[in-house]
Order: sequence, then structure tokens, then C-alpha cells
Amino acid sequence: MPVVSTIRAIGHRIVDAVWRIGVAARFFFLTLLYSGNSFRRFHLIIKELFSTGVMSLIIIVVAGLFVGMVLGLQGYETLKRYGSESALGVMVALGLVRELGPVMAALLFASRAGSAMTAEIGLMKATEQISAMEMMAVNPIARIVAPRFWAGVISMPLLAALFSAVGIFGGYLVGVVQIGVDEGSFWSQMQAAVDFREDIMNGVIKSLVFGIVVTVIALFEGFDAPPTAEGVSGATTRTVVTSSLAILMLDFVMTAIMFRGA
Amino acid sequence: MGRTTLDLWVGMFVVAGIAALVMLAMKVGNLGTYNVSETYQVHAYFSNIGGLKPKASIRSAGVLVGRVTSISLDTERYEANVVMSLDKRYQFPKDTFANILTSGLLGEQYIGLMPGGETEMLKNGEQLKQTQSAMVLEDLIGKFMYSKASEATK
Repeated sequence: MPVVSTIRAIGHRIVDAVWRIGVAARFFFLTLLYSGNSFRRFHLIIKELFSTGVMSLIIIVVAGLFVGMVLGLQGYETLKRYGSESALGVMVALGLVRELGPVMAALLFASRAGSAMTAEIGLMKATEQISAMEMMAVNPIARIVAPRFWAGVISMPLLAALFSAVGIFGGYLVGVVQIGVDEGSFWSQMQAAVDFREDIMNGVIKSLVFGIVVTVIALFEGFDAPPTAEGVSGATTRTVVTSSLAILMLDFVMTAIMFRGA
Repeated sequence: MGRTTLDLWVGMFVVAGIAALVMLAMKVGNLGTYNVSETYQVHAYFSNIGGLKPKASIRSAGVLVGRVTSISLDTERYEANVVMSLDKRYQFPKDTFANILTSGLLGEQYIGLMPGGETEMLKNGEQLKQTQSAMVLEDLIGKFMYSKASEATK
């Protein structure tokens, strides 16, 4: 019966997917549970902050500058049609603070730092370092996973804020310095339109959520990877794909909740 | 890499991130120009508010003196009830005139206050009696067409 076997295959896939989500959730709660230890040994988090946060700085800053400059150019071309070039600052700032800052920074973070995390943990598993830790009665979640998790959660909002700030500077460079939009109206209209709680804090909340999601996906994929060269490469790819999709979908959901009235 | 250089880099990263956040809040957002503590509230009825929105600015002689707090429809009078909070530093006479104005041709709408000659000042919770509604473009065009038509029949 081909129909029965097709339905069985679908069921198998679904059960597998739900099971994996369950394992990932359990992994997340274990990470939170053992986080106390990693705060007591804060230098572990600092070391991970260096490799996830500081090393992502260059890509974030350069990407932010160029995204801001493109926004300035394109925004100017569009706003010129309606004779409201002075609203360029509002457009650049709201676009960056609400959407592009958190989302682009999270996408870059997922491919820059998330993939590295997955590969590192996957290789640790493949070379049996994790089993060795367990043999020495060292909890690998407390020693390896939790510091990386907190480093990701701490650095993500900071990177998103840097991205937005540099992007606004890029928009300023193109809009005011190059094209010649009035500087006063650029900043004053921006300040009148951007609300601290509504826009900036919601952007920070978004980037915090993205930080949690991306690091949990990256760490789980690494921890769950089959201990072979092929398995690690597959897990790294899955980290980037899954976290990028998760970022974009969650962004839609959060935007729908946060900015419905505005 | 040594412990101290590592700490230095991470410290610089965190400081830069927080500085970016503060810069966003002060320079880009409205936190720098925000003082909610010292305000008093007045309200006014308008027969049409046009496109006025909460948080729209209230200006007198072009100076920002407050913001619109809330807008609702009063079902007893069928007029819009606009609550505004004004800065304590600026006191206005009781017969102050409230206009809904537009900045630029298609810009956002704001309330302009024109002080009257009364010696008594407005207190918290009081009402601005004299108001003028927003200019609605369709009404203007309608009036224009009507006057043109009546000219033509003469």
C-alpha cells in the first residue's frame, strides 16, 4: 500500500521533528540550570565574549555602515518624489532601530559566530573531548555550553545597537554630507519621530530574543551533531539555515505584536 | 592571548556597545528632550481633529511647550476630546486659543496655542474653551468649488 507508507513517512518526519524540538528545549533548560556555575567563573564568559562579540565587530560595523549608506541613497531617491527629503533621517533611523539593526546583526551573528560555535562543539564531540570531560565528572553543559550561551545573549544587543548607530552615521554621511539634506532637519525630525520606549527598547528586546534563539540553535546543533566530519559540516549548515529562518519568522511575529498600534 | 589583553578587548567591546545604545537613546531618540515629571494637563474639544495623533507636539509661537496625551470621542457632544500635557514652565491665560495647524503643506499636524488677554492662568485639569478645528483638504476644496459655482451662476 503506497498510500499507507507515504502517510507513515510523513508521521515519522513529524514525530522526529517534534522529538528534536523537545530535546532542544530540554537542552535549553539544562543550560539555564547550570548557568550559575559559569557566572561564578566569569572569565569563561569573557573568553567567549571575545570570540563571539569582539571578533564579530568588524563585520557588524562595516555591514552597518554600508546598509546605512544604501538606506540614505535609496531613501533620498524615494522621498525626493514627494518633496520630503528632510524626512530622510526619520526613515533611516526608524528602519535601522526597529528592523534592520536587530535582524541584520542577528543574521550576521548567526553566520559569523553561530556557525563557529557549532563547528567547535561538534569537533569537540568528534574528538571525544566532551566524553573525556564527563569521565572527569566535569559537566560539559556547565563548562562549555553555558558560557557560550551567555556570551551570545550579552553580545547580541550590543552588536545590534552598534549596527544601528553606525548605520545612522552612514545614512548621515550619504544624506547630509554627500547629497546635502539639511542637517538640522535630519536630526530634529529623527528625534521627534523616534521614541525611546516604543522604538529603541523594542529593538533591544528583539535583539535579545534573537541572541537567545541563535545561540541555543548553534549550541544544540553542535552538541547534537554526529561525531564525524560529515556530521559536523551538516550541523554547521543547519545552524545557519535554521537560525536565519527563525530570526526572520520571529521578527515578523514580534513586529506584529510590538508595532501594531503605531 | 593573555588574560589582560582579552579583558581589554572585551571591555572595549562592551563599552562601545553601551555607548552606541546611549547615543541611540539621546541623539536619535527623544530621551534627551523628554521630561515627563513637570507637566500639567489641560483638555479641549475640537469638532474635527483631522490627522492629529497622540504625542503630537503643542507649540506656542513656534516653541515646543507640550505634547498631546490622548484623543477620544466625547459621545455627549460628539466632539473630539484632546488631552494635552504642557510644560510647567509655561503658563497660559484662561482664554488661550487652541488651533490645529499643519507644519508644511503635507506635514504632520500639531496644536498651536495663542494666548489671550486674561490675567488668570490655566490650572491642571481645566478646559481650553476656544478652539479651531483642523483644516481638512476635502472641505477646503468643497468650499472652493461651491464659491466658484455660485460665481458662475451670477
